[in-house]
Amino acid sequence: MEHTEPDRDDIGAKLGMWVFIFTEILLFGGLFLVYAIMRHRYPEDFHLASRQLNTFIGALNTLVLLVSSMTVAMSISAVQKKDKRMATILLLITLLCAVIFLVNKYFEWGHKISLSLYPGSDLMMQLKHGYILFFSLYFFMTGLHLLHLIIGAIILGVALAKIRLGLINDQHYVLLENGGLYWHLVDLIWIFLFPLLYLIT
Amino acid sequence: MTTEEKHITSYSLYARVLIILMVLTAITITAPSLNLTAFTILIALVIASTKAGIVLTYFMHLKIENTLLRIMVIMVLGIYGSVIILTFADYIYR
Repeated sequence: MEHTEPDRDDIGAKLGMWVFIFTEILLFGGLFLVYAIMRHRYPEDFHLASRQLNTFIGALNTLVLLVSSMTVAMSISAVQKKDKRMATILLLITLLCAVIFLVNKYFEWGHKISLSLYPGSDLMMQLKHGYILFFSLYFFMTGLHLLHLIIGAIILGVALAKIRLGLINDQHYVLLENGGLYWHLVDLIWIFLFPLLYLIT
Repeated sequence: MTTEEKHITSYSLYARVLIILMVLTAITITAPSLNLTAFTILIALVIASTKAGIVLTYFMHLKIENTLLRIMVIMVLGIYGSVIILTFADYIYR
Protein backbone atom coordinates (compact mmCIF):
# COMPACT_ATOMS: atom_id res chain seq x y z
CA MET A 1 0.00 0.00 0.00
CA GLU A 2 1.37 3.35 -0.99
CA HIS A 3 1.50 6.55 0.93
CA THR A 4 -1.64 8.67 0.62
CA GLU A 5 -2.55 11.91 2.33
CA PRO A 6 -5.16 11.41 5.05
CA ASP A 7 -7.47 14.15 3.77
CA ARG A 8 -7.62 12.90 0.26
CA ASP A 9 -10.76 11.21 -1.05
CA ASP A 10 -10.65 10.43 -4.75
CA ILE A 11 -13.72 8.22 -4.64
CA GLY A 12 -15.68 10.98 -2.94
CA ALA A 13 -14.44 13.49 -5.54
CA LYS A 14 -15.60 11.27 -8.34
CA LEU A 15 -18.93 10.60 -6.64
CA GLY A 16 -19.46 14.36 -6.34
CA MET A 17 -18.69 14.79 -10.04
CA TRP A 18 -21.26 12.13 -10.90
CA VAL A 19 -23.92 13.79 -8.76
CA PHE A 20 -23.22 17.00 -10.67
CA ILE A 21 -23.50 15.09 -13.94
CA PHE A 22 -26.90 13.78 -12.82
CA THR A 23 -28.15 17.34 -12.41
CA GLU A 24 -26.85 18.10 -15.90
CA ILE A 25 -28.66 15.08 -17.30
CA LEU A 26 -31.90 16.30 -15.72
CA LEU A 27 -31.29 19.83 -17.05
CA PHE A 28 -30.86 18.65 -20.63
CA GLY A 29 -33.49 15.98 -20.01
CA GLY A 30 -36.05 18.71 -19.35
CA LEU A 31 -35.18 20.36 -22.66
CA PHE A 32 -35.43 17.06 -24.51
CA LEU A 33 -38.86 16.59 -22.96
CA VAL A 34 -39.97 20.03 -24.21
CA TYR A 35 -38.64 19.08 -27.63
CA ALA A 36 -40.52 15.76 -27.60
CA ILE A 37 -43.85 17.34 -26.64
CA MET A 38 -43.52 20.19 -29.15
CA ARG A 39 -42.52 17.79 -31.85
CA HIS A 40 -45.60 15.74 -31.03
CA ARG A 41 -47.76 18.85 -31.30
CA TYR A 42 -46.24 20.31 -34.49
CA PRO A 43 -44.90 17.30 -36.44
CA GLU A 44 -45.14 19.00 -39.87
CA ASP A 45 -43.36 22.19 -38.87
CA PHE A 46 -40.60 20.32 -37.05
CA HIS A 47 -40.14 18.06 -40.03
CA LEU A 48 -39.73 20.97 -42.45
CA ALA A 49 -37.68 23.13 -40.09
CA SER A 50 -35.14 20.41 -39.33
CA ARG A 51 -34.46 20.13 -43.07
CA GLN A 52 -32.84 23.56 -42.83
CA LEU A 53 -30.05 22.10 -40.72
CA ASN A 54 -26.83 20.95 -42.35
CA THR A 55 -26.50 17.21 -41.69
CA PHE A 56 -22.92 17.18 -42.94
CA ILE A 57 -21.72 19.69 -40.35
CA GLY A 58 -23.72 17.87 -37.68
CA ALA A 59 -22.14 14.53 -38.63
CA LEU A 60 -18.68 16.07 -38.73
CA ASN A 61 -19.15 17.50 -35.24
CA THR A 62 -20.37 14.11 -34.02
CA LEU A 63 -17.19 12.52 -35.33
CA VAL A 64 -15.02 15.24 -33.80
CA LEU A 65 -16.64 14.78 -30.40
CA LEU A 66 -16.37 10.99 -30.49
CA VAL A 67 -12.66 11.17 -31.32
CA SER A 68 -12.07 13.76 -28.58
CA SER A 69 -13.87 11.55 -26.06
CA MET A 70 -11.58 8.69 -26.95
CA THR A 71 -8.42 10.79 -26.62
CA VAL A 72 -9.50 12.05 -23.18
CA ALA A 73 -10.13 8.49 -22.02
CA MET A 74 -6.75 7.46 -23.44
CA SER A 75 -4.98 10.36 -21.72
CA ILE A 76 -6.03 8.92 -18.34
CA SER A 77 -4.40 5.61 -19.29
CA ALA A 78 -1.30 7.51 -20.40
CA VAL A 79 -1.08 9.33 -17.05
CA GLN A 80 -1.51 6.02 -15.22
CA LYS A 81 1.36 4.62 -17.29
CA LYS A 82 3.46 7.69 -16.40
CA ASP A 83 3.63 8.58 -20.09
CA LYS A 84 3.57 12.36 -19.82
CA ARG A 85 4.38 12.96 -23.47
CA MET A 86 1.54 10.76 -24.70
CA ALA A 87 -0.93 12.32 -22.26
CA THR A 88 0.04 15.79 -23.52
CA ILE A 89 -0.39 14.81 -27.16
CA LEU A 90 -3.76 13.18 -26.47
CA LEU A 91 -5.10 16.18 -24.57
CA LEU A 92 -3.85 18.55 -27.28
CA ILE A 93 -5.79 16.49 -29.84
CA THR A 94 -8.86 16.82 -27.61
CA LEU A 95 -8.48 20.58 -27.41
CA LEU A 96 -7.96 20.73 -31.17
CA CYS A 97 -11.23 18.81 -31.59
CA ALA A 98 -12.95 21.37 -29.36
CA VAL A 99 -11.64 24.17 -31.59
CA ILE A 100 -12.80 22.35 -34.76
CA PHE A 101 -16.24 21.95 -33.18
CA LEU A 102 -16.38 25.66 -32.36
CA VAL A 103 -15.32 26.68 -35.88
CA ASN A 104 -17.97 24.41 -37.40
CA LYS A 105 -20.57 25.85 -35.09
CA TYR A 106 -19.50 29.37 -36.04
CA PHE A 107 -20.10 28.68 -39.71
CA GLU A 108 -23.30 26.79 -39.02
CA TRP A 109 -24.85 29.47 -36.84
CA GLY A 110 -23.44 32.20 -39.08
CA HIS A 111 -25.22 30.65 -42.06
CA LYS A 112 -28.51 30.39 -40.14
CA ILE A 113 -28.25 33.98 -38.97
CA SER A 114 -27.44 35.22 -42.48
CA LEU A 115 -30.68 33.54 -43.59
CA SER A 116 -32.48 35.37 -40.74
CA LEU A 117 -33.28 32.05 -39.10
CA TYR A 118 -32.76 33.09 -35.52
CA PRO A 119 -35.23 33.68 -32.70
CA GLY A 120 -36.78 37.11 -32.86
CA SER A 121 -35.83 37.92 -36.47
CA ASP A 122 -38.42 39.57 -38.74
CA LEU A 123 -38.55 36.50 -40.95
CA MET A 124 -38.97 34.19 -37.98
CA MET A 125 -41.95 36.15 -36.67
CA GLN A 126 -43.83 35.46 -39.91
CA LEU A 127 -43.20 31.73 -39.86
CA LYS A 128 -45.49 29.15 -38.36
CA HIS A 129 -45.48 28.52 -34.65
CA GLY A 130 -43.77 25.13 -34.91
CA TYR A 131 -40.91 26.66 -36.94
CA ILE A 132 -40.31 29.29 -34.29
CA LEU A 133 -40.32 26.65 -31.58
CA PHE A 134 -37.93 24.41 -33.48
CA PHE A 135 -35.37 27.13 -34.08
CA SER A 136 -35.67 28.48 -30.55
CA LEU A 137 -35.02 24.99 -29.18
CA TYR A 138 -32.24 24.44 -31.71
CA PHE A 139 -30.38 27.58 -30.72
CA PHE A 140 -30.99 27.12 -27.02
CA MET A 141 -30.03 23.44 -26.83
CA THR A 142 -26.98 23.67 -29.08
CA GLY A 143 -26.02 26.92 -27.35
CA LEU A 144 -26.20 25.39 -23.91
CA HIS A 145 -24.26 22.40 -25.20
CA LEU A 146 -21.66 24.77 -26.66
CA LEU A 147 -21.29 26.48 -23.27
CA HIS A 148 -20.62 23.08 -21.70
CA LEU A 149 -18.08 22.29 -24.40
CA ILE A 150 -16.19 25.53 -23.73
CA ILE A 151 -16.18 24.92 -19.97
CA GLY A 152 -15.04 21.32 -20.54
CA ALA A 153 -12.20 22.50 -22.77
CA ILE A 154 -11.07 24.98 -20.09
CA ILE A 155 -11.08 22.24 -17.42
CA LEU A 156 -9.05 19.95 -19.68
CA GLY A 157 -6.70 22.84 -20.44
CA VAL A 158 -6.07 23.23 -16.72
CA ALA A 159 -5.57 19.47 -16.42
CA LEU A 160 -3.04 19.59 -19.26
CA ALA A 161 -1.10 22.38 -17.54
CA LYS A 162 -1.11 20.38 -14.30
CA ILE A 163 0.18 17.31 -16.10
CA ARG A 164 3.05 19.37 -17.50
CA LEU A 165 3.81 20.70 -14.01
CA GLY A 166 3.68 17.21 -12.57
CA LEU A 167 0.74 18.09 -10.30
CA ILE A 168 -1.31 15.45 -12.07
CA ASN A 169 0.65 12.21 -12.09
CA ASP A 170 0.12 8.47 -11.84
CA GLN A 171 -0.81 8.83 -8.14
CA HIS A 172 -2.91 11.97 -8.42
CA TYR A 173 -5.19 12.17 -11.40
CA VAL A 174 -8.72 12.60 -10.11
CA LEU A 175 -8.97 16.09 -11.66
CA LEU A 176 -8.22 14.64 -15.07
CA GLU A 177 -10.75 11.87 -14.46
CA ASN A 178 -13.45 14.35 -13.46
CA GLY A 179 -12.59 16.66 -16.36
CA GLY A 180 -12.85 13.61 -18.58
CA LEU A 181 -16.25 12.72 -17.12
CA TYR A 182 -17.47 16.24 -17.90
CA TRP A 183 -16.13 15.97 -21.43
CA HIS A 184 -17.91 12.66 -21.96
CA LEU A 185 -21.11 14.31 -20.74
CA VAL A 186 -20.71 16.88 -23.53
CA ASP A 187 -20.33 13.96 -25.94
CA LEU A 188 -23.37 12.15 -24.47
CA ILE A 189 -25.62 15.18 -24.91
CA TRP A 190 -24.51 15.60 -28.51
CA ILE A 191 -25.21 11.91 -29.18
CA PHE A 192 -28.91 12.70 -28.56
CA LEU A 193 -28.95 16.24 -29.99
CA PHE A 194 -27.57 15.23 -33.36
CA PRO A 195 -30.20 12.67 -34.42
CA LEU A 196 -33.11 14.53 -32.80
CA LEU A 197 -32.36 17.92 -34.35
CA TYR A 198 -30.61 17.06 -37.61
CA LEU A 199 -31.76 13.64 -38.71
CA ILE A 200 -35.36 12.96 -37.80
CA THR A 201 -37.26 14.45 -40.71
CA MET B 1 -8.63 6.91 0.35
CA THR B 2 -7.20 5.54 -2.84
CA THR B 3 -6.32 2.03 -1.90
CA GLU B 4 -8.31 0.53 -4.77
CA GLU B 5 -6.36 -1.19 -7.46
CA LYS B 6 -5.62 0.84 -10.54
CA HIS B 7 -7.34 -0.28 -13.73
CA ILE B 8 -5.42 0.84 -16.78
CA THR B 9 -7.60 0.50 -19.83
CA SER B 10 -5.62 -0.26 -22.95
CA TYR B 11 -5.50 2.17 -25.89
CA SER B 12 -6.65 -0.55 -28.25
CA LEU B 13 -9.88 -1.09 -26.31
CA TYR B 14 -10.67 2.62 -26.58
CA ALA B 15 -9.87 2.55 -30.29
CA ARG B 16 -12.24 -0.38 -30.80
CA VAL B 17 -14.96 1.42 -28.85
CA LEU B 18 -14.49 4.46 -31.10
CA ILE B 19 -14.84 2.34 -34.24
CA ILE B 20 -18.11 0.85 -32.94
CA LEU B 21 -19.42 4.32 -32.10
CA MET B 22 -18.52 5.56 -35.59
CA VAL B 23 -20.26 2.60 -37.24
CA LEU B 24 -23.40 3.33 -35.17
CA THR B 25 -23.22 7.00 -36.20
CA ALA B 26 -23.00 5.98 -39.86
CA ILE B 27 -26.09 3.79 -39.41
CA THR B 28 -28.03 6.66 -37.78
CA ILE B 29 -27.18 8.98 -40.66
CA THR B 30 -28.19 6.52 -43.38
CA ALA B 31 -31.27 5.10 -41.63
CA PRO B 32 -33.71 7.96 -42.43
CA SER B 33 -33.04 7.56 -46.17
CA LEU B 34 -34.50 4.05 -46.00
CA ASN B 35 -37.96 5.64 -45.52
CA LEU B 36 -39.12 3.53 -42.63
CA THR B 37 -41.24 6.55 -41.61
CA ALA B 38 -42.86 5.36 -38.40
CA PHE B 39 -39.73 3.64 -37.18
CA THR B 40 -37.27 6.44 -37.99
CA ILE B 41 -37.57 8.06 -34.56
CA LEU B 42 -37.49 4.72 -32.80
CA ILE B 43 -34.37 3.58 -34.68
CA ALA B 44 -32.60 6.90 -34.03
CA LEU B 45 -33.41 6.75 -30.31
CA VAL B 46 -32.37 3.12 -29.96
CA ILE B 47 -29.04 3.79 -31.67
CA ALA B 48 -28.45 6.97 -29.64
CA SER B 49 -29.21 5.10 -26.41
CA THR B 50 -26.85 2.30 -27.42
CA LYS B 51 -24.10 4.83 -28.11
CA ALA B 52 -24.77 6.57 -24.80
CA GLY B 53 -24.58 3.21 -23.04
CA ILE B 54 -21.22 2.45 -24.67
CA VAL B 55 -19.83 5.87 -23.70
CA LEU B 56 -21.04 5.43 -20.10
CA THR B 57 -19.67 1.91 -19.82
CA TYR B 58 -16.26 2.31 -21.43
CA PHE B 59 -15.30 5.98 -21.69
CA MET B 60 -16.85 6.92 -18.35
CA HIS B 61 -15.51 3.73 -16.77
CA LEU B 62 -18.78 2.49 -15.29
CA LYS B 63 -17.63 -1.00 -16.18
CA ILE B 64 -14.81 -0.79 -13.64
CA GLU B 65 -16.37 1.66 -11.17
CA ASN B 66 -17.86 0.59 -7.87
CA THR B 67 -21.39 -0.79 -7.65
CA LEU B 68 -22.78 2.21 -5.75
CA LEU B 69 -22.08 4.47 -8.72
CA ARG B 70 -23.66 2.05 -11.15
CA ILE B 71 -26.80 1.83 -9.03
CA MET B 72 -26.95 5.64 -8.83
CA VAL B 73 -26.69 6.01 -12.61
CA ILE B 74 -29.42 3.43 -13.17
CA MET B 75 -31.63 5.20 -10.61
CA VAL B 76 -31.23 8.60 -12.29
CA LEU B 77 -32.00 7.15 -15.70
CA GLY B 78 -35.01 5.41 -14.16
CA ILE B 79 -36.25 8.68 -12.67
CA TYR B 80 -35.84 10.47 -15.98
CA GLY B 81 -37.58 7.60 -17.80
CA SER B 82 -40.58 7.84 -15.48
CA VAL B 83 -40.73 11.61 -15.94
CA ILE B 84 -40.92 11.10 -19.71
CA ILE B 85 -43.65 8.47 -19.38
CA LEU B 86 -45.69 10.53 -16.89
CA THR B 87 -45.41 13.70 -18.96
CA PHE B 88 -46.54 11.97 -22.13
CA ALA B 89 -49.33 10.17 -20.31
CA ASP B 90 -50.52 13.51 -18.98
CA TYR B 91 -50.21 15.19 -22.38
CA ILE B 92 -51.97 12.51 -24.37
CA TYR B 93 -54.84 11.73 -21.98
CA ARG B 94 -55.49 15.27 -20.86
